[in-house]
Amino acid sequence: MLKKIHGLVSELEAAWPISETSYPVPFPSQLEYNSAAHGTWNIVHIGMLIPDAHQIYICTGNCNRGVVLTAAEMNASHRFSTITVKEENILDGDMEELIIDGVTDILEHLDRKPPAVIVFPSCVHRFMGCDIPMVYRVLRSRYPDIYFVEGYMDCILQKAGITPDQRLRRELYSCLEAQPLNSKSVNIIGNTLRVDKDCELVELVGRAGCELKQISACKTFEEYLSMGESYLNLTLLPVGKIPAETLKERLGMKHLYLPQCFGYEEIAGYLELLAKELQVAPLDVKERMERCEAALQKAKEVIGDTPIVIDYTAIPRPLGLARLLLEHGFSVIRVYADSFIPDEEEDFRWLQAHNPQLMIYSTIHVKMRVLPRIIETKVLAIGQKAAYFTGTPYFVNMVEGGGLYGFSGICKMAELMTEAFLEEKDTEDLIKRKGLGCESCI
Amino acid sequence: MRQVARRISTYTADVSGVCSALYELGGMVVMHDPSGCNSTYNTHDEPRWYAMDSLIFISGLAEIDAIMGNDDKLIDDVVTAAKQLSPQFVALARTPIPMLNGTDFDAIASVIERKAGIPVFYFPTNGTHSYVYGVGMALEKIADYYTGDGCEEQSDCDADGIRVNLLGVTPLDFSVTGTVESMKELLKEEGFALVSCMAMGSSLEEISQAGWADVNLVVSSVGLPAARLLQKKFGTPYVVGTPVGRFVNQIATDLRTAADTGKSIISCNARPDSVDSKIALIGESVLSGSMAAAISQVHGKAVKVICPLEAEEGLFVPGDVRASEEEELEKILKDMSVIIADPMYRPICPEDAAFYELPHEAFSGRIYRRKIPDFVKILQ
Repeated sequence: MLKKIHGLVSELEAAWPISETSYPVPFPSQLEYNSAAHGTWNIVHIGMLIPDAHQIYICTGNCNRGVVLTAAEMNASHRFSTITVKEENILDGDMEELIIDGVTDILEHLDRKPPAVIVFPSCVHRFMGCDIPMVYRVLRSRYPDIYFVEGYMDCILQKAGITPDQRLRRELYSCLEAQPLNSKSVNIIGNTLRVDKDCELVELVGRAGCELKQISACKTFEEYLSMGESYLNLTLLPVGKIPAETLKERLGMKHLYLPQCFGYEEIAGYLELLAKELQVAPLDVKERMERCEAALQKAKEVIGDTPIVIDYTAIPRPLGLARLLLEHGFSVIRVYADSFIPDEEEDFRWLQAHNPQLMIYSTIHVKMRVLPRIIETKVLAIGQKAAYFTGTPYFVNMVEGGGLYGFSGICKMAELMTEAFLEEKDTEDLIKRKGLGCESCI
Repeated sequence: MRQVARRISTYTADVSGVCSALYELGGMVVMHDPSGCNSTYNTHDEPRWYAMDSLIFISGLAEIDAIMGNDDKLIDDVVTAAKQLSPQFVALARTPIPMLNGTDFDAIASVIERKAGIPVFYFPTNGTHSYVYGVGMALEKIADYYTGDGCEEQSDCDADGIRVNLLGVTPLDFSVTGTVESMKELLKEEGFALVSCMAMGSSLEEISQAGWADVNLVVSSVGLPAARLLQKKFGTPYVVGTPVGRFVNQIATDLRTAADTGKSIISCNARPDSVDSKIALIGESVLSGSMAAAISQVHGKAVKVICPLEAEEGLFVPGDVRASEEEELEKILKDMSVIIADPMYRPICPEDAAFYELPHEAFSGRIYRRKIPDFVKILQ
């Protein structure tokens, strides 16, 4: 049970009805609370997607600790090393030497050389004006057979420009080399989780006789490198856009942004676009819409008017899902999100007009630390943060869209909601584990 | 030294140490940091995060504010949060970037104190030191500020028996697996009266009575700065040692002696020298020294303490080693036949050495928490 050591506070400023919420940032930037829900992936998890790659982080002990234990918890310590920055390194200005010597030492002591090394300098290097390009030049000349991937753990850019997460998702594909493009090979770029094999997107790619490649499915470094031959990159998450645009520019691959969404017409539009690109007959979307209707109705019969709460870590478009569910009679009462992506604007405006009482809660506002994390009635949560803040054991344990897509994604979401409604989960045990979908030894 | 950790973990750093020390005291701790410190702390350094409220936040320092020296944002945000949450005090912990750009925390603390009307403490952490430094500094500050000038009337400290403060108690050394409760129970059984425990399970009010103790028990090196402060301020002697297994008798005796004579005692080095020992124990100096003493009492063997953390020479016996670099540790360990250490040291231990797991929350975090023993109850 939660042990309270602070008095109760009002939720004012940490939560607003959507009718009074500003878009796209509902809450001002202030001190930040970090909840106990840790299922989202961080840069360590993402870096491990390159098969057999070794990660090396260079920072003070404070920063290194978080990443070294992330690797350990996913049973991947053998693919991970650190170089510790000490006070004297900051004062002496020998940072480049520290990195070059450290990386060399690590590589010389590994049982076998990895095909790729992801090097992560940090905020201190950026602020000291460390000559990182020179570091890579030296390392590449010293180890010409190793791909050096340019990571960065510069959290200070979290609020401006490209974040460390976005940068790594871009650099994740930097080993792919220019080669003749294969019209029968298609990539999904930017996803950390595999896309559901039953979705219409996979079906269309299959109908076109194309091989679908995604980094999360690559078992070997060679398989990963073969993504370089694909003529087309599909991105289903907003975070995939930068890497796909980079590949378009660098390797001449086409890019289609077909985001995961919950509006029937929007899904149909994306599927039509893909069918056209792949030169296959369009799918019968009417029949698939009917399947969605049936799945949602079936779920509604079980879930009834039980309050539903959704958070942004489960799916990048929580407002879109909230709208779909509200349109089908579900009782969505809260959405937990600290900002909304541009794709959400239409759903935001619709919800303001049609469900002005829907509450938008921050996940990082300081008051979220002490506001009661319990709702008296049974609540169904979609996402770990939503489960945490409402104290419910009934939740869909999902991050980053869960690999769901299209009409089949809606049907599966309805099934997952029903299953979550009927079966209690051990919320604390599940949400404290890092990187949902990765191994966890805790 | 290349400062490389090819295979082993990294100890909890000073910033998390401050947070851990102040966790239960009703204050608001702000790490002036862009991101990451908070997540690292609450995921890997803080077992109380899920079940117990504490006001620990990051400032979310942005690049533009760091470059332009926009301290107003930090001040405004802290004051706003303090007004919303009514903490007993504010603590500001520095991180690498504010150290690099020379943020004037003393001035910031002064402004916040004036605007918020509550005490504000600044801790010059920078992420390059271990938790020993951070916890030590935080407990010392709290002990100093809240015990006043030592001239107040004695209130509810008229308990029977020798009055004791437990100093240096955090989950980073003792986790939440029963040791803290057992230490308190042990003191009671031995006829001592606990004044305060810094800082698990005691309120600021209890800590404010710490000056009335007859003797302080420093159970981890993180408690030494507070012990010295209380000695200077109130003349209270201290005993340095952790009540581990059979070694508790020595601790109890030393507590009585110190209370009686007014002289401090380093108990954790009351053990045979370890120059020729092939048994190594890696860990924090006071707990490891005490455990080495208990092993010596139970098994009649000398144990070589290898301390990778900040520690003072006086806590060791001849033969003990201070080493923190992986390469250096590996060289020392290759000659050992028995190694007692956190499981995350195993990759650098010789395969033919007998390895006994002794998880340390400040090294492997929550991974092996279930295996962290109640130190009072082992080695009986």
